[in-house]
Amino acid sequence: MLRLARRALHGLFVLFGVSVLSFVLVQLAPGDFFAEMRLDPRISEATVRALRARHGLDRPLPERYARWVASLARGELGYSFAYGTPVASLLWPRLRNTLLLTGTATAAAWMIAVPIGVWWASTRRVAARRGLAVLMATLLAIPDILLALALLLVAVRTGWFPAGGMTSVGHEHMSRGARLWDIVSHLVLPATALVLCVLPALTRHVRASVASALGAPFVQAARGHGLPEWRVVFRHALPAAANPLVSLFGLSVATLTSMSLLVEVVMSWPGLGPLLLEAILARDFYLVLGLVLASTVLLLAANILADLLLLAADPRIRAEET
Amino acid sequence: MSDEPLVTIRGLTKRYRRRAGAFSAPVEALAGVSLTIERGTVLALVGQSGSGKSTLARCLAGQEEPDAGEIRFRGEDVSSLRGAARRAFRESVQMIFQDSAVALSPRLTASEIVGEPLEILGRGGRAEQRRRVFSLLEAVGLSSAEADRRPLDLSGGQRQRLAIARALAVNPRLLILDEAFAGLDASIQAQVAALLQDLRAREGLTYLCISHDLALMSVFADEIAILFEGRIVERAEAARLFAAPGHSHTRALVAAVLHAPPLADAAGAT
Amino acid sequence: MNRNFEFRTARAPPYHARVPGLLEVTDLAVAYETGGAPAPAISEVTLGIEAGEAVGLLGESGGGKSTLLLAVLGLLPPPARVIRGSIRWRGRELIGLPPSERRRLRGAEIAIVFQDPALALNPVRRVGSQVAEVVRAHRAQSAARCRADALAALAEVGLPDPDRLYHAYPHELSGGQRQRVVLAQALCCRPALLLADEPTASLDSTTQAEVLALLSSLQSRLGLAVLMASHDLGALTALARRVLVMYAGAVVEEGTPAQVFGAPRHPHARALSRAYPRPARPLRPA
Repeated sequence: MLRLARRALHGLFVLFGVSVLSFVLVQLAPGDFFAEMRLDPRISEATVRALRARHGLDRPLPERYARWVASLARGELGYSFAYGTPVASLLWPRLRNTLLLTGTATAAAWMIAVPIGVWWASTRRVAARRGLAVLMATLLAIPDILLALALLLVAVRTGWFPAGGMTSVGHEHMSRGARLWDIVSHLVLPATALVLCVLPALTRHVRASVASALGAPFVQAARGHGLPEWRVVFRHALPAAANPLVSLFGLSVATLTSMSLLVEVVMSWPGLGPLLLEAILARDFYLVLGLVLASTVLLLAANILADLLLLAADPRIRAEET
Repeated sequence: MSDEPLVTIRGLTKRYRRRAGAFSAPVEALAGVSLTIERGTVLALVGQSGSGKSTLARCLAGQEEPDAGEIRFRGEDVSSLRGAARRAFRESVQMIFQDSAVALSPRLTASEIVGEPLEILGRGGRAEQRRRVFSLLEAVGLSSAEADRRPLDLSGGQRQRLAIARALAVNPRLLILDEAFAGLDASIQAQVAALLQDLRAREGLTYLCISHDLALMSVFADEIAILFEGRIVERAEAARLFAAPGHSHTRALVAAVLHAPPLADAAGAT
Repeated sequence: MNRNFEFRTARAPPYHARVPGLLEVTDLAVAYETGGAPAPAISEVTLGIEAGEAVGLLGESGGGKSTLLLAVLGLLPPPARVIRGSIRWRGRELIGLPPSERRRLRGAEIAIVFQDPALALNPVRRVGSQVAEVVRAHRAQSAARCRADALAALAEVGLPDPDRLYHAYPHELSGGQRQRVVLAQALCCRPALLLADEPTASLDSTTQAEVLALLSSLQSRLGLAVLMASHDLGALTALARRVLVMYAGAVVEEGTPAQVFGAPRHPHARALSRAYPRPARPLRPA
């Protein structure tokens, strides 16, 4: 419990730091939402200034920061100029969709990477090992955006999967079951793209970790006692290999989140990605900041979860900490 | 030349906080250890794991601060040394560890490892340093072929020789051998022990040898001090220790020694 | 001409004259096949162990002792292969047996303990379950029975309070306790032969003595045969009734400890015996 509280406190500090840093960096970039308007000769300079004053953009930096934090505390998370609504109302539905995509992709990626990695580490066949190495290297080399586009192409050509978006037309009128199936069928391609992007790194790490555990003396001892090979691999090597993999889990969520922003844009998945892109292009500060903070919270939560999982998985860490 | 002991330790105490479950009672690794080491002798410190042997070695080498007590090296209080004097002390006391595969840098070759302290201390020019490296390697019995190998490509015995050569590079007065023989085969132990005896005679060194192997220490050391639960409980020459052990722990250690049948033709032990 | 024969005829009765025992290794040769020419690890070993007998194997690191033990178990790492000879267990030829058959023998009839018990136990699992797991692998019985057998094995190796230690992790135990757990794992299914690869090498002297005493008592209590490989003459003298000396992959001398260490004939055996530290013993009346 104490550990959890300490980690949470630490996370809050990080969040604070990120908020200050992002706030300052975003404001430092030249121009603001109303900069475009200045180019339009029909709108007078005075109007622009008045608009900026109304939204508090002419106040000093610390004051703007304080007002923004106050807005965070109120739950509004700032105000979007483009949409004219508090950021929170835009954020939540998008966050939910991104979580759905990222969560599914994380689970699928690990569920595929672990068996492949374990098999890769334990097989004696050199040809199989080389083949997998080549396959993974190829996957790693293909740019993520290319993979996403390739999958879209497949969808368009074959018609097996919807080509983008999260729901079909007429989604609201479908039955419960049909609605669920609709979302799932739209989820397949973006999730596949994400999984393929992150799979090479994960399988290599699993392989390395399991291979190193398989070389440990206690594995040879287990074989010496006559334990069947599957038990040696799954009940001895894999748990001992878990330590670095659990830490990797936290990192993989971070990677997947940033990759998902790209994939969402390419495949029109209504998550944080497209919204962030729009907001950046429009220089909609508070929306950008709100999205950055949302990503940060996601990352922090994943890392705290990974820390707790590590405590549960490795008794030596438990002993160190007490 | 005074016949003051090289090392005088009085009342050395060191505590560690132990964290086992709910207990955090401090553990006394050393509970008031006092001993002296005369110049040119070999003193063995024999104890089981947890007796405090390595802690004592580290305190003596200046790697750890004791909680109480004093250590005098050549008559000077070690804790009061500063600057150049402290550096000189560090050079005078060198340690050889049990597992040189871990203690020596795996990326450097043997000659680089021996040359490193000379380079850092800036002793003599490049050519002079090279000559010294070769003479050191020769003194410990490493060939020029082995000089170009990395520690992991050497055998256990060769690694220990390398560690000894490196320690000798800075002209120490005291060598602390921390379980330096453990993990070596008996014949290699004998070779390394013979090398060390030889070097001691030639360079006038003093050894503090820490071990759990009473039998080996009985043939290597002049005197044996028994360390038990952070205290010296007995100190005597090997023969007397075996013939008439005083303390109960000494008796236990003597009883635990595994004896091999005596060699019929040789006139006694190695 | 069999090199081993020459030394043995002068001491123990010739091997072929004995009744076939538990384990018979005949003219075994093992080599590492890595790309180029095969590198021999064992060139020619012949030995036999009878039921309940304690045999020692003396040799230096790299001399082939561990390879021999692994070959008997059928656990040679892939580049190593048996290229010649036979290993018979209770009259049955082991070389050429399908891997599943050999696995069945491991732990149940021939067991092994390795050096360094700290590394021989899985650090993230409790020790009790690691013992119970071995029982489970060889006996088809309920989990509760396996647990009971494991507790019995822990008690048999002299661990105090087995119920509490059952739930301990390896890092919570001392070196001696860990070695006892490893012995419990090896003996829980009542094998007839225990192979021990340097079992006392990483232990303190008092713990070494304890473990050897334990092995001795287990030997007499369970009728266990032991083949112990070690570079420590003292340990072998304490435990073994008969000792073989290995050098460069071959057995070069054989006999009782008094013969092999007291009056060795092979130069290598002599060198090993001479190098062993023998503290001055108190004088005894002749």
